[in-house]
Amino acid sequence: MRRYLLRRSGFLLITLLFTSLVIFIVTQYLPGDVARVILGREAGEAAVQDLRAELGLDDPLPVQYFRWLGNFLQGDWGISYSTKSEIQPLVLSRLRNSLMLAMITLVISVPLAVTLGVIAGLNENKPVDNTISITSLSVVGLPEFITGLVLIQIFAFRLNLLPANSSIPPGSSFAEALPMLVLPALTATFVLLAYIARLTRAGVIEELKQTYVRTAELKGLPHHTVILKHVLRNALLPTITVVAISFGWLISGLIVIENVFNYPGLGRLLVFAIDRRDLPLIQAVTLVTVLAFALANLVADLLYAYFNPRIRYE
Amino acid sequence: MTSLDPILSIENLTVAYYLHGEWQDAVRDVSLQIHPGQVYGLVGESGSGKTTLAMAIMRYLGVTGVIRSGKIIFSGRDIAAVSQAEMREIWGAQISLVPQNPHSALNPSIRVGEQVAEILRIHLGMGQVAARQYTLELLHQVRLPDPKRVAESYPHQISGGMQQRVLIAMALSTKPQLLILDEPTTSLDVTTQAAILDLIRELIHGTTVLYVTHNLGVVAQICDRVAVMYAGELVEDAPLEELFNRPLHVYTQGLLESVPRLGETKLNARLKAIPGQIPSLGARPQGCVFMPRCWLADESCKERPSLFEFQPEHRTRCHHWQELIDVQAGAPRPTGVDLPHLPLQNIPSSGDETAPPVLTLQDLRVHYAISHTLGEFVQRKPARQVEAVDGVSLEIAAARTLGLVGESGSGKSSLARAVVGLVERTDGQVELLQASLPARLSQRDIETLRQLQMVFQDPEEALNPHQTVGSTLRRPLITLLGLSAREADSRIDQLLQAVKLPPEYKDRMPARLSGGEKQRVAIARAFASNPDLLIADEAVSSLDVSIQASIINLLNELQAGLGTTLLFISHDLGVVTYLSDSIAVVYLGRLMQIGPAGGLLEPPYHPYTEALIADIPIADPGARRAPIRLESETPSPLQKPTGCPFHTRCHRKIGVICQTQAPPWQETADGKRIYCHIPIEQLQAAQAPILKI
Repeated sequence: MRRYLLRRSGFLLITLLFTSLVIFIVTQYLPGDVARVILGREAGEAAVQDLRAELGLDDPLPVQYFRWLGNFLQGDWGISYSTKSEIQPLVLSRLRNSLMLAMITLVISVPLAVTLGVIAGLNENKPVDNTISITSLSVVGLPEFITGLVLIQIFAFRLNLLPANSSIPPGSSFAEALPMLVLPALTATFVLLAYIARLTRAGVIEELKQTYVRTAELKGLPHHTVILKHVLRNALLPTITVVAISFGWLISGLIVIENVFNYPGLGRLLVFAIDRRDLPLIQAVTLVTVLAFALANLVADLLYAYFNPRIRYE
Repeated sequence: MTSLDPILSIENLTVAYYLHGEWQDAVRDVSLQIHPGQVYGLVGESGSGKTTLAMAIMRYLGVTGVIRSGKIIFSGRDIAAVSQAEMREIWGAQISLVPQNPHSALNPSIRVGEQVAEILRIHLGMGQVAARQYTLELLHQVRLPDPKRVAESYPHQISGGMQQRVLIAMALSTKPQLLILDEPTTSLDVTTQAAILDLIRELIHGTTVLYVTHNLGVVAQICDRVAVMYAGELVEDAPLEELFNRPLHVYTQGLLESVPRLGETKLNARLKAIPGQIPSLGARPQGCVFMPRCWLADESCKERPSLFEFQPEHRTRCHHWQELIDVQAGAPRPTGVDLPHLPLQNIPSSGDETAPPVLTLQDLRVHYAISHTLGEFVQRKPARQVEAVDGVSLEIAAARTLGLVGESGSGKSSLARAVVGLVERTDGQVELLQASLPARLSQRDIETLRQLQMVFQDPEEALNPHQTVGSTLRRPLITLLGLSAREADSRIDQLLQAVKLPPEYKDRMPARLSGGEKQRVAIARAFASNPDLLIADEAVSSLDVSIQASIINLLNELQAGLGTTLLFISHDLGVVTYLSDSIAVVYLGRLMQIGPAGGLLEPPYHPYTEALIADIPIADPGARRAPIRLESETPSPLQKPTGCPFHTRCHRKIGVICQTQAPPWQETADGKRIYCHIPIEQLQAAQAPILKI
């Protein structure tokens, strides 16, 4: 197991190094000259040249890349062109918000989706299964801004239970933020629900066909033991991977939901940075996102290996 | 209840599955009784309903299966009528199952020990610690070395034979009143099968057993009483010796005759195949179910025969049992019927030995590289490899058949694939008709492809499911023989005729063919290009015995008619000795023995060959043999033994020399070559003929 962990971590480092290079190169080829963007259309050519030299933009690309990467690793993520402030605290506070929202969403959606998926799988093609499948699939078809607005209409305006605006103030504690997290998390849950439930259902149906299930039943074990101990252990393996990928999406892909609820997450920050051609900010947000994705995948792989001995010992 | 009462009494049981919108009987009107301590064999081919019957006894028929009528009286009560919850108290405690395919029958992600221990906790009320302790004892009882290590392993970490031992330990742990064994050795190698049969025979002593199998050899070794099933019905039921010596149903007799007996060859006996095929679930005839395939059938058979009690212990569902007795007593078989027993074909008894060989292998090697782990890569360790074929040299004369025998992992399939070009050989020479064959398929020209064809094991997978039989056969005719479309079409009819399929089959999709018919199409496809060498890799292994015999006869006829050279690969020594002119035995990628087929069954033989022959279950209850049980199991090809590859299991190992030095090739007077350190004379003196032919 330890060797497996080391190997996966090695892969993780290589992935990060590679993506950082890609991020760096891509941002180099975004249209527009950075110095010109910062100084504005009216600035003189001499001033632009001076700023280019000051920012090191005239150095060869490899030099720029390693300088950027080195600084990044040391915690110097640079100054945002648009807000003129330190990037790191900004990104980290947004990351914290996104993590909170992602965690709440997973806490709501995973148990719900897995339960529904297992129930559907155990009752394949029976009315229960059909109801679950049709409901979850029709919900996933709705765009997030529709479900979001409907939820706001019901819970914020009609029932007056939860706030419609989720713009949590910087530095607020988890308990303070919690009420504002519920509606965006529910909206994201609607997107994930069908996806995870369908996969779980397929996993359960597939495993129920395996001969070891018959062996377990014919041992005379109680039916619930057969399902919980023998079937689910194998049936939920694919679900683990999907949850991890969803986690990455929750960190950085919730742009629409964050907009609907005015939620200060990483997704909105990235859109903001791209709008303003804020290169250092784009680089920082993307790299953090990639890191979150990669870590989530690593955790998924480790969990997968933990629950699947056939992988662990290879 | 006295001890004479049966443990299990099945009365007029009918089991049906809901298929294609209607109920179809998989088991029809079956009655049988199993008495305490009896080992009751249930024999049948695929589709006979034997497994359905076994599962019905356990009341485990899935959502589509249902018991339509009849009773299953188990220790005094009718379990056809008890609730699911009550069955859970019977399962594992009073009736246990040892399933087929041990590999898939164990949960892959739970440790082996826990999978045994959970039964003990639930049925014997043991605590965690006691259950764990008793598990180790049980694993020890089934002769597993190092029970502790096995208990802590996951199923994929132990071999198939060991997995089956674990399942046997599980089934016997609660001392059930009835033990059902469902083809427990079918997926295992011959030597492993022999060891598992030994174990079963030893452990079931006193237990009442229902042994479900298709293998008459296994039945003869282990059962007291046998019921034969066909197309869902019990057609005959008799004590073991009685059934083998005096079968009273045409099907039973056909089954017994369609398996080549050891010592029978194509030169001295033609296999008596049962014509036709097993009817599918929806297409079972009214009247006698065997009528369409029966050579004794007449008008009376349109009425379903009742189960006639010939003797108190011997029952048959056949109108014509008296005629069978007459035939067995030497009466001529009635004429005027289309006998399946065609006269012996004119098979060349010897090929032209002076002609150059069709296929020559010289020091053929096929090694598979195992990819590095990151650690090994960083430390620049040399690549590990599996030496699947490790220096094999042999040749096959024109129009002759070489049988290649070996257990799983022997490299026999890799050898075939390397010759055909499906894998690239690592080293060595392959010559086809004196021309060197390029290792890579892409470097071979059309003519080479035409000369060399292959028939695969599984006909289900060998045919493209989206192409009609006709277009499957047309392809090689056009691409390899260069025929025009019109010429090809007329050849297709001839090909179908050659494999005894009606011409209208050319428009059929493979899904509408039975397994045997698919294999006929696969053979027709292989023969389409008129090849010089045909490689058949386990080509009859997946077929039922009654079908298998007709395919073997077909191969023989085609070879005799066309002069094709045949490389016939199989794990079934009986089939190989029947069909081959010479035989090569492989073990862990190396030849152990090679020589004329006639000499294979007589000493001296290589100790491995000796064990293989001794371990074949023979379909004759009277056969008595000195058993040879090999130690341990075939080593992993990754840890190939030094010296003689067989020394780790050899029962005749003579000392360190076997471990350190590669054995010499020794040749006997009759042209048999043996790869062993033991001098021929000593082998000859030590080895008794295993079989009396």
